[in-house]
Amino acid sequence: MRILSTRIGVIRKVSGPLVIAENMEDANMFDVVKVGNNKLIGEIIEMHGADASIQVYEETSGLGPGAEVFSTGAPLSVELGPGLIGSIFDGIGRPLKAIMKVAGNNLKKGVDVFSLDRQIQWEFCPVLSVGDEVSSGDVIGYVLETPIVKHKIMVPHNVFGKLKSISKKGKFTVDQNVAIVLTEDEKEVEIAMLQSWPVRVGRPYIKKLSPDIPMITGQRVIDVLFPIAKGGVAAVPGPFGSGKTVVQHQLAKWSEADIVVYIGCGERGNEMTDVLNEFPSIIDPQTGNSLMQRTILIANTSDMPVAAREASIYTGITIGEYFRDMGYSVALMADSTSRWAEALREMSGRLEEMPGEEGYPAYLGSRLSSFYERAGRVRIFGKDKLTLEGDFDTTRNEPNKNNYREGILTVIGAVSPPGGDVSEPVSQATLRIVKVFWGLDSALAYKRHFPAINWLISYSLYADILSDWYVKNVSSDWMKLRGRLMSFLSKESELEEIVKLVGVDALSGQDRLKLEVARSIREDFLHQNALHEVDTFTPLKKQHLMMKLILEFYDMSYLILEKDDVKIEKLISIPIREKIGRFKYVKIENLESEYEEISQRLNCEISAASIDEDFNSADTDETQRVSTN
Amino acid sequence: MPREYKTIKEISGPLMMVCGVENVKYDELAEVELVNGKKYRCKVLEIDGTNALLQLFESSAGINLQSSKVRFLGRSMEIEVSEDMLGRVFNGLGKPIDGEAQLLPEKRMDINGIPMNPVARNYPQEFVQTGISAVDGLNTLVRGQKLPIFSASGLPHALLAAQIARQSKIIGTNEQFAVVFAAIGITFEESNFFANSFKETGAINRTAMFVNLASDPAIERIATPRVAITAAEYLAFEKDMHVLVILTDITNYADALREVSAARKEVPGRRGYPGYMYTDLASLYERAGRQKGKRGSLTMIPILTMPEDDKTHPIPDLTGYITEGQIILSRDLYLKGVSPPIDVLPSLSRLKDKGIGEGKTRADHSNTMNQIFAAYARGKDSKQLMTILGESALDKIDILYANFADEFEETYISQKSTDDRSIEDTLQIGWELLSILPKSELTRISDEFLNQYYKAR
Repeated sequence: MRILSTRIGVIRKVSGPLVIAENMEDANMFDVVKVGNNKLIGEIIEMHGADASIQVYEETSGLGPGAEVFSTGAPLSVELGPGLIGSIFDGIGRPLKAIMKVAGNNLKKGVDVFSLDRQIQWEFCPVLSVGDEVSSGDVIGYVLETPIVKHKIMVPHNVFGKLKSISKKGKFTVDQNVAIVLTEDEKEVEIAMLQSWPVRVGRPYIKKLSPDIPMITGQRVIDVLFPIAKGGVAAVPGPFGSGKTVVQHQLAKWSEADIVVYIGCGERGNEMTDVLNEFPSIIDPQTGNSLMQRTILIANTSDMPVAAREASIYTGITIGEYFRDMGYSVALMADSTSRWAEALREMSGRLEEMPGEEGYPAYLGSRLSSFYERAGRVRIFGKDKLTLEGDFDTTRNEPNKNNYREGILTVIGAVSPPGGDVSEPVSQATLRIVKVFWGLDSALAYKRHFPAINWLISYSLYADILSDWYVKNVSSDWMKLRGRLMSFLSKESELEEIVKLVGVDALSGQDRLKLEVARSIREDFLHQNALHEVDTFTPLKKQHLMMKLILEFYDMSYLILEKDDVKIEKLISIPIREKIGRFKYVKIENLESEYEEISQRLNCEISAASIDEDFNSADTDETQRVSTN
Repeated sequence: MPREYKTIKEISGPLMMVCGVENVKYDELAEVELVNGKKYRCKVLEIDGTNALLQLFESSAGINLQSSKVRFLGRSMEIEVSEDMLGRVFNGLGKPIDGEAQLLPEKRMDINGIPMNPVARNYPQEFVQTGISAVDGLNTLVRGQKLPIFSASGLPHALLAAQIARQSKIIGTNEQFAVVFAAIGITFEESNFFANSFKETGAINRTAMFVNLASDPAIERIATPRVAITAAEYLAFEKDMHVLVILTDITNYADALREVSAARKEVPGRRGYPGYMYTDLASLYERAGRQKGKRGSLTMIPILTMPEDDKTHPIPDLTGYITEGQIILSRDLYLKGVSPPIDVLPSLSRLKDKGIGEGKTRADHSNTMNQIFAAYARGKDSKQLMTILGESALDKIDILYANFADEFEETYISQKSTDDRSIEDTLQIGWELLSILPKSELTRISDEFLNQYYKAR
């Protein structure tokens, strides 16, 4: 962010984060400027003749008319290169750890540090050699940034030609040149490991592809009922206390992604601290390394300057796109887009724009959709010798061919609607764009049913597109089981209406069985404990077995209810059901054997219930229960 | 000597326009001097060329456009701080009003504070025992947390807050503990209740009170919580104390904010409150916490009264999005005679999970907490069903749950304001309640704890 600047204008007006400066004829729209003696960073967002409206990303107290404004002549950009992973940046990409070293525990104004550390020496490994033809996006070498992330060094956009020189394997800082490209018009372009990219412009790709692979999250309600595709977009709206942040944290922890970008946008400082403390100590089951080694954090907590909040989601998504362009699958979480929209509203109000709904600017919807539209599964530019030679195309699970490279950016945005009412503008604008809606419900949260995703209002438009994948990769009956689960849950809400009117005794045995199965789906399957070491992540295989167990109980019981005159209470209270309930805590090693055992005992106990009317299994918990009554 | 201006052009409500000014900065503090020598404080809200828009912190009565003088002080609003603030009473702008000697300041601090770098935060995870079961057992408070009380007119939130202030302690340490109390537009009686309650228990010596009463200028309320929190920050982060800040009532603060916003003719957000209220409230609440390299902590309990008992009103709603949980008081429980009437189901402490368990409270705490929540929720459902259909429509297990809910409200939530329960007591009461239910229902408790603590009735 340190760029030589020239003085161009003087301040006339200061109103909160909005500054108006005069004599700004030479500046361009969206240029980054430095304001006042403290060199506060701002961005030009409006021009009226020679007057420029500047949104300042830092606290403006102490600024006054007459103070100078300097222009950098460049739009707001982020630095991209080795050193991103495991770091935490503020809304405009400044490194918070480095700022703490310079300025102490509080965020003082005008601290000027590089986003990426210029001292660290990274080991650059070239993969191309002198004379090779290169074009934009080609991987010339890599840095093993963390044990699991190969940070690929790419030819910047709009650079084509031959490699005139390339460094041998060795240690370099991010701003040192590692290669020189001789372009077709005989110009030399020096390539360093560091690139920069304007945050408000999406990085280019060749073509968008349809998202048809699910992003596995290990969260049962998501993977089974409301799956999200890799490259898809999802929204998580919910009132406070309904567990939005826990859902976002769980996704950041367990999502099947190579890189995770987590944007804390206008949320609590302690939540960022929590991620910083916790992620390094969590081991990713897929890679065996700590989660922090694939995570990048962007933090604009609610007490940090509001203008930078507006920029934070763009900073985050630009970093996401950069890793997408390396061919990785990136998952981005933004918590919460409502705070971003409020920041937009605040600036709009200060600009005295004509407000749209609830004071939000009229362009809220278009800004939101252009943000979410930057997600996707895309064919990316450039060649990558690393994947050509032997490496697998991890996204397709097949050997790579024909320079075909894909990158994925999945976006999950939290929305915080006032009072939990999704009829407000931000939720509505979001719902028009996203394909997956995980509606959080405070009533479920009060019952401590987590994740509190309400199955009656949530939806995923990817479910059909993804069904082939599930059928091919998990089990042929996956979609059938899913459909049955859904129908039990909707049946339950119908039956509960009746129960409220006439009581549970008025229901037929079959209906009571359905109610009981729905309860079991809720408590034994959908309820998932994020704090339990086993339950926090459930592989698809196990999810499949869990569904099967619950439905097996239904199928067997249903048959018997129809055939014989068996009391429903007896079926409901067979002791093996407790085991079904605890199946979620079964470790992955014992999965099959445990499943077989439960399935068999289920069979026995249900048959026994039908044969022996006075069925009385000795000292089970259920009989204790009857005796205590 | 700063320049004086006699160029007040306009006064409207809490706002004042001064023209022809030079070298004035945004957010700068200024002073208006009346002919009779009285001085009012104000700050720069907007500066446009030579016109400054000022916001008064006090009433505008007596200001004259011709004769009153305005001086810009070249700094933002500051207060004088020292350790001797404890045991003293100040007005809403930080001036002593208890008639005792002036403070000998060790330092002056800007009341707006500076945002904390999230990297410099220490995650709050030390259990604070408040001695109140519904808080300790189910919505545990930890050091450095901001946990508001959502109350409503006529509910005993003052009683609860005073009890927390009196009883709070960290088990097994004897580090210094202080209370900073900010009265924001509350009545004399309520303020006096707190003062007496602190005096009776001797807590007054470790308490600094900042008082803006209902009769004081509404506009001063914008500064009062900032003044109090600044004092608390000084004690916590420079004097290594564990400070509990009680702010009551945030609703009055938000109304003052709305007053200024309306006077500026800003586009209103919901219910006329300004669109930036979230950011503004966050600039208060987020100052709570713990910092790396500092021994002290700043724990905050803001109290707000929900207009019409409505949790979705902008004030509780935005507060809930910023704070780390909420304690909600319920009128239904209060009418039933349950006191403190804490409605535990919608209440929540987000930081509890890291503040409880082995080494902090007890290993079985988390399991029993989840079980009690689930059982109480089901019990309430059963009771609702019972009122519609009658007791005979319930099966046996539902009746047990209904009994659980009743007994839970009577023995667990209800407690006298003098009753200081240790965490062991609270957990013990929890297990006694759970024994109403058969073992097979307790699916959220691991077998180990069931074997150790569960005794069927």
